[in-house]
Amino acid sequence: MSATAETVADVERLNEKYKYGFVTDIEAEYAPKGLSEDTVRFISAKKNEPEWLLEWRLEAYRRWLEMKEPDWGKLRYPPIDYEDAYYYSAPKSNENAPESLDDVDPELLRTYEKLGIPLREQEMLAGVKNIAVDVVFDSVSVATTFKKKLAEAGVIFSSISEAIQEHPELIRKYMGAVVPRDDNYFAALNSAVFTDGSFVYIPKGVKCPMELSTYFRINAENTGQFERTLIIAEEGSYVSYLEGCTAPMRDENQLHAAVVELVTHADAEIKYSTVQNWYPGDENGVGGIYNFVTKRALCAGDRSKVSWTQVETGSAITWKYPSCILQGDDSQGEFYSVAIANNMQQADTGTKMIHMGKRTRSRIISKGISAGKAQNSYRGLVKMLPTAEKARNYTQCDSLLIGDQCGAHTFPYIESQNRSARVEHEATTSKISEDQLFYCRQRGIGEEEAVALVVNGFCREVLQQLPMEFAVEAQKLVSISLEGSVG
Amino acid sequence: MLEINNLHVDIDGKQIINGLTLTVPAGEVHAVMGPNGSGKSTLSYTLAGRDGYEATDGTATLGGADLLGLDPEERAALGLFLAFQYPVEIPGVAGMTFVKTALNAVRTARGEGELSALDFLKLVRAHLKDLGIDEAMLKRPVNAGFSGGEKKRNEVLQMALLEPKFCILDETDSGLDIDALKIVADGVNRMRGPERGMLVITHYQRLLDYIKPDKVHVLAKGRIVKTGGPELALELEEKGYGDVLAGLAA
Repeated sequence: MSATAETVADVERLNEKYKYGFVTDIEAEYAPKGLSEDTVRFISAKKNEPEWLLEWRLEAYRRWLEMKEPDWGKLRYPPIDYEDAYYYSAPKSNENAPESLDDVDPELLRTYEKLGIPLREQEMLAGVKNIAVDVVFDSVSVATTFKKKLAEAGVIFSSISEAIQEHPELIRKYMGAVVPRDDNYFAALNSAVFTDGSFVYIPKGVKCPMELSTYFRINAENTGQFERTLIIAEEGSYVSYLEGCTAPMRDENQLHAAVVELVTHADAEIKYSTVQNWYPGDENGVGGIYNFVTKRALCAGDRSKVSWTQVETGSAITWKYPSCILQGDDSQGEFYSVAIANNMQQADTGTKMIHMGKRTRSRIISKGISAGKAQNSYRGLVKMLPTAEKARNYTQCDSLLIGDQCGAHTFPYIESQNRSARVEHEATTSKISEDQLFYCRQRGIGEEEAVALVVNGFCREVLQQLPMEFAVEAQKLVSISLEGSVG
Repeated sequence: MLEINNLHVDIDGKQIINGLTLTVPAGEVHAVMGPNGSGKSTLSYTLAGRDGYEATDGTATLGGADLLGLDPEERAALGLFLAFQYPVEIPGVAGMTFVKTALNAVRTARGEGELSALDFLKLVRAHLKDLGIDEAMLKRPVNAGFSGGEKKRNEVLQMALLEPKFCILDETDSGLDIDALKIVADGVNRMRGPERGMLVITHYQRLLDYIKPDKVHVLAKGRIVKTGGPELALELEEKGYGDVLAGLAA
């Protein structure tokens, strides 16, 4: 084989491993490189934002300048140069926001077709999926489907930029209410330069008639994605929401710092699922997304409930702790997590459950899988405040190691200030069993498929929490993420 | 069918199989009996290709194809099936998923193509009915929390589904009460046929009351030291392995 043909074959093989690694060739508009008050003003002006929001952003930026990047995670990466990145990139064709999908750049529609995200409503209706999708490409939302149908139910589902224009009162009331703009270094950065994301509002007593989903795509080079999502569930309402993420394969590291805020009022429930498949970098740790995310839910009302489910397979670095503040009496928080780190990936992820209300309950099921030379840490806090009468927590952390060069770590923190509260913690660490693999292989199942089968079994408790439409895809993703981890 | 010639196997530097020679023609069932530590499990693991059980010398072929250079899944695709002494638990993986994955893998390797979901279900249900197994067993995770009898029945079910050319039964009677033993033996006997060979590895004669062998071999110190008809098993049961072993020493 000639050298060129070999290279082509190599590239093709790589692409198979991370099939979302392509780049869309599209003309984009950027903010000037680097981060300053001017950048913040540029973004705010691009989005035609009200004055109060610009001030809010600027204040976040000033606080960020005084803050220090956290270094307590079990993560190692070279210093991030915040000046050497673009903080805003939008497809040019999107400049005059499209009225309908017919106005969306066909190149963009093709991108989503390639990614398997159906945007045309008739295509969706033809299939079995009953899901409304908001699509965020680099810094802007390019399309939201099924808005009319949702509006009939009183549900608002739009990009956050649009919500700022259309529902400023809700944004002003809730933005930063759960994650204050100076909550932490990355949240402050996001508050200053966030570009787009999704907004969901479910009115009182409404069960959202369909699954809602946002699909995040980083395309542009040297560009960070800073999305912000806000979901509000009024009294007695229910919504299930899913986000998915992919990015092209690039040699440089790209920054992703998101903030997600959820609020549930009395008797409301939000089920929030994530399938995070950002580009993880190559086998040698070149490239990949740095993923620093602050996700927090406030269970404000009595008997309200938030359930976080995450399948984290991508990113070079993951720093993420979806949390619940259980303020209402009898409110419930759940965290179901599968985190897979292969090759040179590093994940430091877990949750915080802050019990304030009486008889609040939380449940944490974490499954960490490490392969290659990866490091995978579970970090969690369960805090029982003095008011948390008879609160309960159950935590189970299981780690699975594939090979002998990877690491699994568990950092559980428990603080109880109420004697009637009960906290249970169970943890296991095991190596993938040679007995299990041999048993599968004796039945004719190849080694990689055997690993995928055993690992999927290990994660089952979590995967079955995902909406059905995504559970199968998540299983496949688990298999793909572990390719090359044995043999 | 199965031909083993002068097989040598070391485990951690210690010689366990030491010049073993054995032929099982198609259509026959042979029993290998031997005391603890004679190399029975090592023989079955070596034939199935478990990591760490590599032959240092000798050959083993199935239907003329060399087994020893192949991965376990390739041996399975050739038609070799090992019913485990201790079937392994796979938490979280439903039995149905497992047998479907296995059957499709083997079919694909044999160039037969995967079965449709419907055809697969029909096939599984037919076998479950034949073996008198409740479908509920396949909804549970593979072998997890199974009784000894359930585990062995699950092995026989998989054996029936995968239609192997050659079956090795490794101490299938261990952990079974007499009722479970009869059911399992009945399942194995259904699999007997002119095209299929079987090697029944056991410590006790009891199993051979239900699975009648054509020949009985005595394994001791890593070699076949005596071969005879079914009566040899009865003799061993009566007199123990002492006589045979004493003969060896002499």
